Amino acid sequence: MRFEEIKNKLKNYTIGIAGAGGLGSNCAVALARTGIGRLIICDFDIVTESNLNRQYYFKNQVGLKKVTALKENIQKINPDIEIITYDIKLNEANLVSIFKTCDIIVEAFDLAEMKKMLIETCIENMPDKSLVIGSGMAGFGNSNSIKTIKNGNIYICGDEMSEVSEDSPPLAPRVGMVANMQANTVLEILLKH
Amino acid sequence: MNIILNNRPETFSQSELTINELLQEKNFSFKMLVIKVNGILVKKGQYDSHIVKDGDDVTVLHLVSGG
Repeated sequence: MRFEEIKNKLKNYTIGIAGAGGLGSNCAVALARTGIGRLIICDFDIVTESNLNRQYYFKNQVGLKKVTALKENIQKINPDIEIITYDIKLNEANLVSIFKTCDIIVEAFDLAEMKKMLIETCIENMPDKSLVIGSGMAGFGNSNSIKTIKNGNIYICGDEMSEVSEDSPPLAPRVGMVANMQANTVLEILLKH
Repeated sequence: MNIILNNRPETFSQSELTINELLQEKNFSFKMLVIKVNGILVKKGQYDSHIVKDGDDVTVLHLVSGG
């Protein structure tokens, strides 16, 4: 498929990005570069110095709302994309109304209990929605352990094992690999339609 | 019983198992799980009561922090 054709298809789709940290910021940028039509991005956090080891932000954006900073960065790359942002903490009560118009939801939280909350809320309320989850990417090395597993309309990207800890921090290479794998999975789902 | 577990056929000598028994049999020790049986969500409070039977399609997703 030629890039023109890919862009023409992708512009009709809306992707939800749940969290604008390491996974969400990098995944959103990859989708924006490829020409997705519309992004709905949610995060309640601000950019801090410690985020810069993996997240798609710049030093002069420290202190800004992540959703504001990410929108700014994406618009510098591709101003044609419609970006809707929610400066909000997602929960069981608000998630469905925020993401119901999305074709696919990318789960991009850091905490496992939030990942679980999103998946369970979607299974119960929007069972047909495709979900692309990131799970297992801490540390460095072992690139080939990172994979995508499909279970119905739920896709898990990562090694499913490497949990972040003091001694195994999330770092740009592996977090970026999973974020881009999530973006690649989104393209695969949309373009195979 | 024969079930599908995470897309793969599996055979157990027991004719039925609770979710917790199934997790023990498979040595699934991760603490943050999402479980679906035949497409329906089974929540943590039901792991001792929900029975997995022959022919069931079980999905166990395990989630680890990081992102």
